Amino acid sequence: MIALFYIAAIIAVIATVAVILQTNIVHGLLYLILSLLAVAVIFYVLGAPFAAVLEAIVYAGAIMVLFLFVIMMLNLGQHTRDQERSWLTPRGWIVPSLLAGVLLGQLVNVMSQIDHELIPEQVGVMEVSALLFGPYVLAVELASILLLAGLVAAYHLAKTK
Amino acid sequence: MESIPVEHGLILAVILFSIGLIGVLTRRNIVFVLMSLEIMLNAGGLAFIVAASRWGHAEGQIMFLIILTLAAAEVAVGLGLILQMFRRYKTVDINVLSEMKG
Repeated sequence: MIALFYIAAIIAVIATVAVILQTNIVHGLLYLILSLLAVAVIFYVLGAPFAAVLEAIVYAGAIMVLFLFVIMMLNLGQHTRDQERSWLTPRGWIVPSLLAGVLLGQLVNVMSQIDHELIPEQVGVMEVSALLFGPYVLAVELASILLLAGLVAAYHLAKTK
Repeated sequence: MESIPVEHGLILAVILFSIGLIGVLTRRNIVFVLMSLEIMLNAGGLAFIVAASRWGHAEGQIMFLIILTLAAAEVAVGLGLILQMFRRYKTVDINVLSEMKG
């Protein structure tokens, strides 16, 4: 189990780095799906099977298919790939990497002072649903309103004049 | 069952978040910027799941559900904006949107 956690973590980091280095959008999307599936495995190892299933179905399934449909509609060809190559100069990576590196260093410094062992125990669908439809029912309502607002906004924005 | 140090899970979340941040700052293609935002949201959800697993609670999974909903709504609106931008400017370069100079 513990080996699975580290293997999935390494796959997730490599796939995520590959996402932001790609010039071809579809390749980047496929690497992102790989990264999300690796994170789903981590959720399962950490004892959250419901979150793992949702990550695979909603994130790696629904949201990525939405991306794929839009990329197909945009119909970006060789021209965009060449443009990407000319934009991605090594010099452009320096400052963002430095800034993110400073943030990473600070956060890792804070995180490594936490010294707890985590013993994964399964928190299944029943516990999560009992909380969702008990004390957190307002959060479910808010989520539904947010999704409705997203639906209306996406319909309005993507409409052809 | 063996135990996993909780800081390793949190450090993984931080690493994924930083990679997403580099992507947002570096890329000029708006589709890649949106994908990097997805990576960052996903890293936040991972941190919540790790914390929930540390305490053996289900509340972290509920926060993850809310983040998932937020990500879905954000992607729907963002992709609608990308479609509209592509219709108007025929490019996915975010620098063409800099006409609104302050």
